[in-house]
Amino acid sequence: MENISEKTVEEKRVEALGNGEDYVIRVEKLKKHFPLKKGFFETLLSREEATVKAVDGINFAVRKGEILGLAGESGSGKTTTGRLLVRLVPPTEGSIYFNGKDITKLTESEVRPLRKEMQIIFQDPFESLDPRMVVKDIIAEPLRVQKIGRTEGEVEERVKQALVDVEMVPPDEYLFRFPHELSGGQRQRVAVARAFVLNPKFVVADEPVSMLDVSIRAEILNLMVDLVQKKGSTVVFITHDLAVAKHVCDRIAIMYLGKIMEISGSDKLIDSPLHPYTQALIAAVPIPDPSYKRTDVISGEIPSPVNPPPGCRFNTRCPYAHDRCLIEEPPLVEVEADHYVACHLYT
Amino acid sequence: MPPVLDVQDLTTNYLTARGWVRAAEDVNFKVDEGEALGIAGESGSGKTTVALSLLKILPKNGRIRKGKILFEGQDVVAMSEGDMRKKIRWDGIAIIFQGAMNAFNPVYKVGDQIVEAILAHEEGVDKKTALERARDLFQMVGVEPERVDNYPHEFSGGMRQRALIAMALAANPKLVVADEPGTALDVIVQAQTLKLMRELKARLNLSMVLISHDLSIIAETCEKVAIMYAGRIVEYGSAEDIYNEPLHPYTQGLIKAFPSIKGARTRLVSIPGQPPDLLNPPKGCRFNPRCPYVMDVCRGEVPLLEKAGKGDHLVACYLY
Repeated sequence: MENISEKTVEEKRVEALGNGEDYVIRVEKLKKHFPLKKGFFETLLSREEATVKAVDGINFAVRKGEILGLAGESGSGKTTTGRLLVRLVPPTEGSIYFNGKDITKLTESEVRPLRKEMQIIFQDPFESLDPRMVVKDIIAEPLRVQKIGRTEGEVEERVKQALVDVEMVPPDEYLFRFPHELSGGQRQRVAVARAFVLNPKFVVADEPVSMLDVSIRAEILNLMVDLVQKKGSTVVFITHDLAVAKHVCDRIAIMYLGKIMEISGSDKLIDSPLHPYTQALIAAVPIPDPSYKRTDVISGEIPSPVNPPPGCRFNTRCPYAHDRCLIEEPPLVEVEADHYVACHLYT
Repeated sequence: MPPVLDVQDLTTNYLTARGWVRAAEDVNFKVDEGEALGIAGESGSGKTTVALSLLKILPKNGRIRKGKILFEGQDVVAMSEGDMRKKIRWDGIAIIFQGAMNAFNPVYKVGDQIVEAILAHEEGVDKKTALERARDLFQMVGVEPERVDNYPHEFSGGMRQRALIAMALAANPKLVVADEPGTALDVIVQAQTLKLMRELKARLNLSMVLISHDLSIIAETCEKVAIMYAGRIVEYGSAEDIYNEPLHPYTQGLIKAFPSIKGARTRLVSIPGQPPDLLNPPKGCRFNPRCPYVMDVCRGEVPLLEKAGKGDHLVACYLY
């Protein structure tokens, strides 16, 4: 139930987040609920179907050319959001606009031409590359599916250029290798090369370096940032590592139990967070300095997304929770310039 | 007072069809009573091999080929399997494995699994006393004692991690080895776990060996730090020395590669190249193919871990 005044707040906010700005992707009231598998008896007994509310009504826009970080704990809905954006899963409710066009209800075959412009990089380079294909075919696959490159020679040229872009040189040395012949870092480079070979306008990178060792992470991240600038792409960067997000992203959105709690520029969000959850999250990040004295850690864990708490979803763990937080869900509002927070402390 | 743990020239290799994988070589370190040592390194650095060697629970093809592991003065390497079981594992040295989600048997109650451990390691204790003890242990690690009757799937990730710590402490060990504690958990739960471990260490005067790839976790928990690279300790010292004045080029690179949440936004720094193949490690210093300061001497003999800088600060590098 929404009353009139709430609606206008909602509309204003959507306007502020999208219209009048050069954005590549914009989502409105986006939801994704996954039905829970039920046993036979439960099917007979329960009337209402239980669902996992992975993403539960979010609004945001990704500006052209920016890297937007999507951060949160496991179960916050960040990965599902990433998959919704590139239409790997259909949303339950809400709309997704890509370059101003509503792509929410497109069918599978209508989505296919969009894949030229939207790509995704997965977390695990050991799983995301076909072990029976050589590097050349892995990177050439998007070109072939989209029928780009008239001759085999042309395709090979594009593949080689893509390998050079990810600093796998000389490219001839890698063209005919299988993924198992490459190190973890090299595999993720191939995954990045495949994602960027079509010069996509929009890329979702889902924890692209979390499986890699620290000493090689930075190389891959820097390479991605350079490619994004060179190709003029726009990126949603999904991560649980706020320190990485701060250094890589232009803006960061913090998610919790399917909702966005705060969005702002990276420096502002990390250095002066407003939402109590963001504050707790940042306070919990370990600091590589033995003289650093840790402040208190909040207790408890993220509740189940099947039955999220009513009101503000963070109320079960929030040190500032009051009566209003238990009943009324706080909307995401702009409390300072370009700094959006969903918390009753600021409304 | 003699150290609780004194590891001397430990060399543990794995035999494969292609030869010996030299996972850990000439590893030396000491852990005093009530002290925590952090062993930091990346995948393949040998840190987990060292942890498994301490309890002699290596995979079938793993062999301790050289060295001593003195635990309270007794050499664990020379000990029989029977004595290991009776005297060392759990009673002397307990281990908390990586991956809190899978360490419990899903078909038994968590409490019963802890009771089983207590009964196996202490004579003359009956089941009732053991269950009482399990409840106390739960209380100590911050899980409601009634939860002993729950099955593992009824626990959240953080609770399972706590229960694992309770289980490790079941037989009052002197030394706890923790392999990547909290890595599979979210940052808030991880911080809760580390806080608990620090509190328990102080309260029980525990000695700890903490294995992690994350320098920040070690910085927060340990007094001493050993940095491992490709099977060898390349630098050893107090946490302050290692973080404030890292000497080895690898340590310097590793610390720089960690983005800090504090401080200004910068471009991230990495160490070029990749860790070596341990079947055929490079001659001389194993870091020489990636080292920015490499000299001819680095490609010859292996540099020894020697005193450099102040106090107990040791480094294996020809620059010093």
